[in-house]
Amino acid sequence: MRAAFANEIETLSAKDERLVLLSGDIGNRMFDTYKEKFPNRFYNCGVAEANMTGIAAGMALCGLRPVTYTITAFNTLRCLEQIRIDVCYQNLPVIIVGVGGGLSYSSLNATHHALEDIAILRVLPNMTVICPGDAWEVRAALRAAIEVDGPVYIRMAKKNEPLVHNDIPKFKIGKGMVIKNGEDICLLNCGSLLPFTLDAAKILHKKGISVQVVNIHTVKPLDEVMLKDVFTKFSHVFTIEEHSILGGFGGSVAEWASDQKNIKGKLSRIGTGDFFMYEAGEKEYAQNFFGITPNQIVERVLKAMI
Amino acid sequence: MSAYQDLIQLSKQIRGKLVQISHEAKTPHLGSSLSCVDILVALYWDILNLDPKNPSDSNRDRLIFSKGHAASALYVALQLKGFFPKKILDDYAKPGAILSEHPVYKSVPGIESTSGSLGHGLPIGLGIALAAKIQNKDYKVFVLMSDGECNEGSVWEAAMLAPAQQLNNLFVIIDFNKWQATGRSEEVTSISSLTEKFSAFGWKAHDVDGHNIEEIINSIKSTSTTKVPTAIIAHTTKGKGVSFMEDDNNWHYRIPNEEELIKALSELKIK
Repeated sequence: MRAAFANEIETLSAKDERLVLLSGDIGNRMFDTYKEKFPNRFYNCGVAEANMTGIAAGMALCGLRPVTYTITAFNTLRCLEQIRIDVCYQNLPVIIVGVGGGLSYSSLNATHHALEDIAILRVLPNMTVICPGDAWEVRAALRAAIEVDGPVYIRMAKKNEPLVHNDIPKFKIGKGMVIKNGEDICLLNCGSLLPFTLDAAKILHKKGISVQVVNIHTVKPLDEVMLKDVFTKFSHVFTIEEHSILGGFGGSVAEWASDQKNIKGKLSRIGTGDFFMYEAGEKEYAQNFFGITPNQIVERVLKAMI
Repeated sequence: MSAYQDLIQLSKQIRGKLVQISHEAKTPHLGSSLSCVDILVALYWDILNLDPKNPSDSNRDRLIFSKGHAASALYVALQLKGFFPKKILDDYAKPGAILSEHPVYKSVPGIESTSGSLGHGLPIGLGIALAAKIQNKDYKVFVLMSDGECNEGSVWEAAMLAPAQQLNNLFVIIDFNKWQATGRSEEVTSISSLTEKFSAFGWKAHDVDGHNIEEIINSIKSTSTTKVPTAIIAHTTKGKGVSFMEDDNNWHYRIPNEEELIKALSELKIK
């Protein structure tokens, strides 16, 4: 996803001279051609996320469209107050891009895990929260974010994630995509677990369960029309995300569902639990640890359906 | 007699107004407001290239008022400069009013950025100064901070980056009144060497008497050839201008009663 971001921001910056890229001392060599093409529109702000976010707000006050880019955990929580006040309270068009959402940096320990960021950023007034499902969606999300006259958070994974789309999909902020139709249950995927969700749907299909898969790339604003539709049609709806089940996408759907009348769907949330991982392990290990591999998703779905 | 006699008189007038609105609106932080009045007068009545009739001119100089708790001083200065009508100031801090106890972006023309939580103004000012370089503009950016505010780490993140970007259009002015909310700032953190700190970070830094308008103006004008940002450490007295408030930190929160208001106005020779 990060390579797609680097390529797309370069393409977009050629067309839109308001775009400025701010890095928190990350993206080694990835932005070399960007720096060559736009020498006065790339700034390495150092390992200082609060300052970087304030700078972005200052630039946005002058009509620029700054994009802050660093590791998700740091670009969200380390500078949370700057995001809340400088960016959201002033409702400025700053795009916050987190690389390594979820467990992408799992081997670097929980300092680098981002499993609470959606929960925290989505509650900020004026904020839009987008979690692309693959690298094509990263490009689409970036294009859409530039058109928003307010803060946008884009939560990416890192590198070599499987592609789901073949090209840039039709993408509208706040509008979910039906990826696969089904009859029995519905899986609502949010973010980079999209390939796992599709794999889980295949396994469930082999077990005789017809699964609808919907990709909800925007956590805020939620696609309430889509939610109303699936919660009316299906008796059981699952949210799936590489994020804590507390307060994230599943949490936001639970909030929405609790306010509804006349929906029949039961909601079950699949995501990471309310605990840190203390041992070493690559992404695959960490995903297994937190129970979000395709087979574990299937197990959790079947258990919830009993 | 100083060539700046009119501005000195204006400072007294603003201080009288500050005591009065603190009394009427029952708002705190009067000591902090009084300490930065001469700096604001030097900036708004001499230094800043600003037109109240065209407050969003993209070439204007900017003042980021980072010590937001002294908002009343900013409001009075902006109102006297003609950025907004007196009625808006008269309603300050009343329920539902436009102006509240900290400055909010877009509430009235002239407020360049929201403040209230300390340590935000310098990064924002840095971003505005960088935007000038990107957009080939020659405006200047001033950030007014308090000494207590320099406790915040974000101040020093920005202080390290600004010289690296050679932002000679960026000026920090620290209203160094030697107090923060609950104590002497030097006793809370080692703040007394602010000039040396900014110098060590690569800024051109110097001390001025923060109540000498002429000295403040001259110190800013003397920096025109520098290639690095400028830090002006303005030595001030909290509660300046009212004898019984000067250097008494109780006036960080205290609100003057009727008798104190009359006494203060009498000292300032305001009827």
